[in-house]
Amino acid sequence: MQSALEDFFRALRAADVRVSPAEAIDAHRTVEVVGFADRELFRDALCATLAKSGEEVARFEAVFDTFFDRRSEAVAPAPPAGGNGGDPMEGLPPEALESELARMLLDGDGAALAQAMEAAADRAEVSRIRLSTQRARLTRRLLEEMGLSEIERILAAARRLGGPGEAAAERLEAARKALAAQAAAYVERQHELYASGSGKMLREEMLARKALNAEGGIDPVDQAMMQALVKRMAKRLADRYSRRRNVAWTGHLDVRRTLRKSMGYGGMPFDIVFKTRKVDKPSIVAICDVSKSVAAAAQFLLTFLYSLNEVVDRLDAFAFSGRMISVNKVLDDHPIETAILEVLKQIGFQQTDYGRALEDFADQHMDRIDRHTTVIILGDARTNYANPRLDILATIQQRSRAVIWLNPEPDSYWSQGDSVMNRYERFCHVAKTCNTLEQLERIIEDVLRTYIPH
Amino acid sequence: MTSSPDAAFDATLSPHLASVEALTSGLTGVGYIASRRIATALYMAVKLQKPILVEGSAGVGKTELALSTAALLGLPLIRMQCYEGLDESKALYEWKYGKQLLYTQILKDRMGEALSDAPDMDAAMDRLHGMGDLFFSEPFLEPRPLMKALQERAGCVLLIDEIDKSDEAFEAFLLEVLSAYQVSIPEIGVLKAETPPIVFLTSNNVRDLGDALKRRCLHLHIPLPDAALEQRIVASRVPGVEERLNRQLVGFVQSLRGLDLRKSPSISETVDWARALILLNASALEGEVVRDTLNVLLKFEQDIAAVEPQIAELLRQPAG
Repeated sequence: MQSALEDFFRALRAADVRVSPAEAIDAHRTVEVVGFADRELFRDALCATLAKSGEEVARFEAVFDTFFDRRSEAVAPAPPAGGNGGDPMEGLPPEALESELARMLLDGDGAALAQAMEAAADRAEVSRIRLSTQRARLTRRLLEEMGLSEIERILAAARRLGGPGEAAAERLEAARKALAAQAAAYVERQHELYASGSGKMLREEMLARKALNAEGGIDPVDQAMMQALVKRMAKRLADRYSRRRNVAWTGHLDVRRTLRKSMGYGGMPFDIVFKTRKVDKPSIVAICDVSKSVAAAAQFLLTFLYSLNEVVDRLDAFAFSGRMISVNKVLDDHPIETAILEVLKQIGFQQTDYGRALEDFADQHMDRIDRHTTVIILGDARTNYANPRLDILATIQQRSRAVIWLNPEPDSYWSQGDSVMNRYERFCHVAKTCNTLEQLERIIEDVLRTYIPH
Repeated sequence: MTSSPDAAFDATLSPHLASVEALTSGLTGVGYIASRRIATALYMAVKLQKPILVEGSAGVGKTELALSTAALLGLPLIRMQCYEGLDESKALYEWKYGKQLLYTQILKDRMGEALSDAPDMDAAMDRLHGMGDLFFSEPFLEPRPLMKALQERAGCVLLIDEIDKSDEAFEAFLLEVLSAYQVSIPEIGVLKAETPPIVFLTSNNVRDLGDALKRRCLHLHIPLPDAALEQRIVASRVPGVEERLNRQLVGFVQSLRGLDLRKSPSISETVDWARALILLNASALEGEVVRDTLNVLLKFEQDIAAVEPQIAELLRQPAG
């Protein structure tokens, strides 16, 4: 059972349930306590030791059911030999008598066959399956390990004999087909157990690195996965930075507070207080370009904005192409799919006018920015040769803690055509190319970490 | 400590811990209706001597589980509420500064007397060293919840409530307590529990807990119960409730959970509501009574506004 448990851990890991060696040891101890007899108890007890969150519990149950299901499933027996009660091996050539597998097939001994298949699967290393394209090859290897070539030799020999041999060959042939189907199903289940999860992880990894303004944008099939990814990322960032913290300023004695605390002890400084500085919760103003030129990235940028809005308390979100509007309300009131469409419907895909948008911002929302605010601008800075209103950006820079510009275009394009990125850049604390999820996460993390108040 | 489980931890020998079934019925006896999964997790926690991390939305009975376990096993319950800024001087121990101060003063007064007959300086120093250093010693230690729990000789139930509200630094500090049931005090050394407490940690998922902490704990997620279980819970918590009313009100709450609400009512709200209905002498659910008492179930203005027009419809469903 030891190796069965190890296989089970591997299946769990493939399904993205983390099982560390220590947890594996715990699981073994658990099994010692509860035993295998009571399946439900066994499952619940293992679940408590191994699955460490609500989602992991769901994944654990799925894996448990698939994994331990196959063990109870007997291989369907072959049809008994003609129903005449005679020796099932009758009519077969002599070499058949030495073949274990042929006997099992014709006896219809399901349990023995299942055991043989498990053993063969171990030898064929079926559980190392990674890709769906390996299924056919592994099925073949599994059958070979079980002794398929033997059966084929016997079949050929029986056919040569003719007469009673022919009938026996028919029976064996049918049993062999059934066995092949079972082997295929077995490999399929193994694939489901060990590889489906890793396939998904691979896909997510690719997605995180995919350029967002690539030709054609994000595949609609990937949209949902993308949204989940962005959401997780925003949650991770918010978890880390949404709390107000005191960071010790190592070694600086706070004389005033130490003296105050020592009053209670007759002036003896028992409690030494060191200076700390406060790390504020992030306060963010996000401005997102949703015009035609960034159409491919706009969806993604809005998704990010939406997720950020869910997790950061103090976020003001704006979107613009020609004019600028506040999208706080839309993001608050709608679920994610409709919120993004709603924003795009209201303001999206028009001619960009950065100057105009900045004017709108200066007129109506400038008071949102104070010295604690970080301003994040997501856009390509393509102004259609209109006045970029650098002066407004300069004001924003003076008033805010930091201005961060994330541009989906690589910096070699920043001064070409109607892009004025290189002119805006002077008024930004950070201006970076950002066109994959990974980059986005790294940049935002840097932002949240480095800009502590003065 | 795992090597001598028989001497330590008398509570494990309690008949209630003989099997999962015994535990379930024992908990029922003290008024906690546990699903099989809850009982299994608790059983494993006691058998493996591991802390148990209980998650679930507010009001599903996380804290109640710890209270009931303490009641069942007859162990004292030590509770520690976590909050932002909780540190070890509040969770573990503090020195009794005032008494230490008095001690030094007494020492100063008595010192001359004690050393007066020493012939020279060296002898005086020898005698001083021989007197033993009481300044940092256990009598001057003010134990806080964690240390109290470790000091209980017969074991206890330690409830660390809402661990997700504490800081990450505090979580790291807990690791030593949770894995080895011991604490290090720099001035004294390591204090180890004679009898490891049964530890419950509860979390509302305000933030993700660290992997290191999760790894050391068994995990139990308490979901909202299904109708049958909830009826049993209500019947056990509110003995006066009639069978028919119980069925109706649980059905109503269950259908509320199907709606898109900011805060779905959980078990504690159902129980409160049942109590309220009994106080109002309601024998069956009617539109008016429900409307008047809706604020017991729903805690947000918008939720109440959203549900009110649908009351009649919702009442019809469970009956049909």
